[in-house]
Order: sequence, then structure tokens, then C-alpha cells
Amino acid sequence: MATPDPLGISLQAQGRTRRRLLVNRVFEGSVILAAAFALAVLAIMVWSVGSRGSSALNWDFFTKGPAVFGQAGGGIAPALVGTLLLVAIATLFALPTGVLAALYVSEFAPKRIGDQVRLWLDVLNGFPSIVIGIFVFALMVKVKLPVIGIGRHQSAWAGGFALAIIMLPLVARSTMEVLKLVPNDLREASYALGVSKWQTVLRVVLPTSFGGILTGTTLAISRAAGETAPLLFTCAIAGNLVDWNPSHSMLSIPLTIFEYSESPDSNLHAQAWAAAFVLIVVVLVTSLTARLLLERSRRKLGAAR
Amino acid sequence: MEGASIPANPLRRTRKRHDRIGDGALYGLTGLAAFLGLLIVAAIVWRVAGGAWPAMKEFDVRFLWHNAWNVNLDEFGARDLIVGTVVTSFGAALIGGPLSIAIGLFLSELAPPSVRLVVGTLIEMLAAVPSVVIGLWGIFVLAPFDAQHLQPFLGRTLGWIPIFAHGQDKVESTMFTAIIVLTIMVIPITSSICRELFISVPTELEEGAIALGATRWEMVRTVVVPSVRGGVVAAVILGLGRALGEAIAVTQVIGNFIPLKLSLLEPADTLASRVANQYQGATTNLQIASLIYLAFILMSITFMTNFLAQRVVKRFELQRTGGS
Repeated sequence: MATPDPLGISLQAQGRTRRRLLVNRVFEGSVILAAAFALAVLAIMVWSVGSRGSSALNWDFFTKGPAVFGQAGGGIAPALVGTLLLVAIATLFALPTGVLAALYVSEFAPKRIGDQVRLWLDVLNGFPSIVIGIFVFALMVKVKLPVIGIGRHQSAWAGGFALAIIMLPLVARSTMEVLKLVPNDLREASYALGVSKWQTVLRVVLPTSFGGILTGTTLAISRAAGETAPLLFTCAIAGNLVDWNPSHSMLSIPLTIFEYSESPDSNLHAQAWAAAFVLIVVVLVTSLTARLLLERSRRKLGAAR
Repeated sequence: MEGASIPANPLRRTRKRHDRIGDGALYGLTGLAAFLGLLIVAAIVWRVAGGAWPAMKEFDVRFLWHNAWNVNLDEFGARDLIVGTVVTSFGAALIGGPLSIAIGLFLSELAPPSVRLVVGTLIEMLAAVPSVVIGLWGIFVLAPFDAQHLQPFLGRTLGWIPIFAHGQDKVESTMFTAIIVLTIMVIPITSSICRELFISVPTELEEGAIALGATRWEMVRTVVVPSVRGGVVAAVILGLGRALGEAIAVTQVIGNFIPLKLSLLEPADTLASRVANQYQGATTNLQIASLIYLAFILMSITFMTNFLAQRVVKRFELQRTGGS
């Protein structure tokens, strides 16, 4: 209890004020609790994957194929190759398309049309990934791909194309953000030297934003590498051997985790945890690095302005 | 944007022609790429509707409220899957929404800058964890914990409400587990949008409230939240959209069972989860078409949800600029 000062006024909050301060304390406490909850979930998740996954890791795990049913051991080499190939195909489609679309919006299009393109990319981004998988299935797995006439079976092309649709809006949107940061002075200086528009875009605008585009693409890749749903109907049923032919269906890391997690075999559960450990390390490290780099290049471009 | 053109150098005519072609080519190429985005959206709607067509002909709109999934009899319907989708996603948005708003407030108003950076990055990392890993964790860590502790507790305390009725057995794969998994997936999306929104509130407004003697809570309640209300609603709806479409993690923990029971502590199924679950087992053409029909319904629901989110943002933006 604070002693009343000589004038008889207490500095201790009382009555209504006290209640207001109390409410404020409760607010601050619950807000901190909410953040702590989210962090705790992340920590528990990473810890579970780390502790259960690291024990099954060894050299064989990275170099061998899945073990014969019921036997211990075995590895994920075919799935590693498959994921690598799928992501490469997806990047091959999505990176040029995404960057060109972003260039169109930021360098060429009138504002009204640019807004439309942006809107459609957002719609594309909003489609659930399983719908994308079903779309590619209905487009080129169930039937032959219209016009081009290939497909009618699962393949890495189909799976990679599905992942490309996931990546496209991510690449395009992040590139647009970076292009917005390229100072107009640079463009105008280039024009003032008599350089034409296309040369300006290719030699000034693109190189300036190269770092940002790269990190945006890395983020998109790390997202695509972990996607399972688009592959279910497009690139799921495959043999157990390492296969580099993209017209074949192949194993992939996310799908391996999914299938092993649904199986009753505890050896496969251990393998699933180990594969999850590999996947989570790759995804978290790449996306963390990309984020830090993005922050840096943003600051650099911001300073140049 | 066009720079001032310099007088043409007569000796360098070819260069000019070069540039005309170059400009045209780049314009065409970029325009084509941008158009491709639109084309893909259209193709998705066209092919998914086309693939679902046999089932649409066979079952028409009654598919929506008929409840069956009987492969042998070629009898399919989506009712309980739709209900399951809506209940799990709204459950996740209901728990995840307030949590995300609180996290957004912590990051924007309460935390010191260094904490802000670290915690913010970590929560964004939660968004980067692939859904199949969250699902794996859901099966082997969360679901057993639910079955052993959380669900019996809910059954004991709230069991008199039918949706929390708890049977004798300990069931691991339940709707409740799916809701928690979805909540975890909603939080990073919604909270990072909320944080951006709260940061965008002008500091002068906040300082004004503090100067008038408001506590932090009063400032948040009277200044911060009201001025970005539309954005917050839209952020929650966007999180909801993510939850509606999640297939993998849900199919791993929900038990894939219809008909639906009244209690949340029982197995159930959702649209996306049913589609994902049947990827190897689809045999008859009608079953495949019915699966695609499910995907079509899901696509329509998420499309409307995202559209709604945009409308909400527009409406509140108009109010904000119109009112001031």
C-alpha cells in the first residue's frame, strides 16, 4: 500500500483507472500468450521431426531405393531424383513465364490491363493445390493433351506442369514487387542515352532486379518442392528405381512421406520421419536464406532510389 | 514513360529498325506470358467442369445434398463432404482468427523491434513447413495426444453439448484433430497479413490516443483495429480459403469417414481430403467424374471465398476514404 502523500492524493490507481489498467494487462498477457503458442507449435513440430527423423538418416538413405516390402533399411534416392526433376521442370515453365508476365505488367501494360492480369494471377494463386492436380489430370493424364497430343499417362511432365501452375503466380507477384523498386531514374537515364525500350528492359531493368527475382523464385521453388496434392493424380504411381526420364511417372519426397505415413509398417514410419527431416531442412534453410537476401536487395534498391 | 527520342542518325538506320523489331517482340512476348495466366485460369475451369460432366449428367445438382460414396453401386453424393469442409474450415478460422489477430497485435504494437524480427520470421517459417509434414506430425504426435488427453477432457467438461459428445473409445483421427491442424496452417497466413495491416495504421493516430490517456488496449480497440477492420476481416477470410482447400494434412488426420456424426470428436471427411484419399483407388469412370465433381465444388467455394475477401476490402476502403 502506498502511503498517501501530504496532499492526501494516492498515486495508486484506484476504481475505474485500476480496472482499465487491469484490462490492459489482460490484453497484453493474452497477446503474448498467442505469440508464444505459435512459437511453441513450431518448436514442437521441428523438434519432433528432428528427433524422430535424424535417427533413420544414414548414407544408404540417400543412395538406395525403397527396401523390399517388410524389410528394414532402404532409402529415398529415387524420390530425391524425382523431386529434383519435377522442380526443375516446374521452374523451366514458371520462371520465364512469370518474369515475362511481371515485365508486361510493370513495363508495358496500361494500368487497367495490368490490374486485370494481377487479379487473374491472384485467382490462380487462390485455387487449392488439389484442384490444380485434378486439372492437370483431366487435361493430360486421363486423356491426351489437346493439340500437342502427348500424355494419357502419369509422368514427370504432368507433375512438373502442375507444380509450375503453383509457382507461376508466386514468381510473377514477387517479380512485380521487385520491378516496382527499380528506380525510374535508371530507366530515364537509359532512354536519355538513346537506348530503346527493349534494350532498357533487358539490360537495365532486369539486371537491376536480378537478385530479387532470384530470391522470389527460390521461395516459389521451396514451396513447390513440398507440395503433395498436385502430384497425387499426375505423378504418383511409379517404380522403385532411380529414373531420369521425364515421360515416366516417378517417386517424389512429399508423396513418399504421404504414402509411408498412411502405411501400417513402423519401419516405413521411421523412413517417413527421415524424409520429412530432409524436406523440412531443405525448405526452411532455402526459404530463410531467400528471405534474408530479399530483405537485403530490397534495402539496396530502396537506398538507390 | 517514353523517353524523349533523339534525332535519328542517318548512318544508323538499321539500328532503328532493329529497335522496332525488338520492342515489338518483347512487347508481344511479355503480353503473351501475361495472357497465359488468364488462359490457365480459363483452362482450369473448363477442364475441371468438363471432367466432372459425366457425374453432373448422372447426379445433377442433387449431388450436393445427396449423401453416399458407394463405389460398387456407382452411387455418389457430396453432402457430408461439403458439411465436413465447412465445419473444419470455419472451426479453424474461428480459433485461428482471434489468435492471428493477437499475434499481429503483438508483432506490431507490443514487441520490441529485435523480438519483432525474430518472432515474425519464425512464424513465417511455420507457413513454409510443407503440409505433408504437418500432416505427418498430426498423425503421430498430435492425434495420439488428442485422443489421450484433449478429447476425453472435452468430453468430460463439454460432453453435454452434442458436438462434444465423447464415446467410450479413444479415437485418434477426428474432425477435432483436423480443425487443430488447419488452425496451425491458418495462423501464419492470417497473422502476417494482420501484422502488415496494424503496422500501416499511422503512428500519429496511435500516439494521439496514448496522449489522450488511453491504455494500450484502449488504443488498439478504438484506433488500431477499427481503422483496418476490413483488412482484418479479409485476412481471416483468406485464411479460411486456405483451410477450405487443404487436402493432404486433413486427409492424414481426419479418418476419411462418412456419414458424418454429430460430434466433432468422431471421424469425418472433407471435399479436398476425399479427392486426395482416392487417388489410387478410382476405378470406374463415374467414380473419377464424381471425384472431379468434388474438385469442381471445392473450386467454386474457394473462388467465392476469395472474391468475398476482395469485396470486403473494397467496401471498407470506400468507407474509409468516403468518411474522412
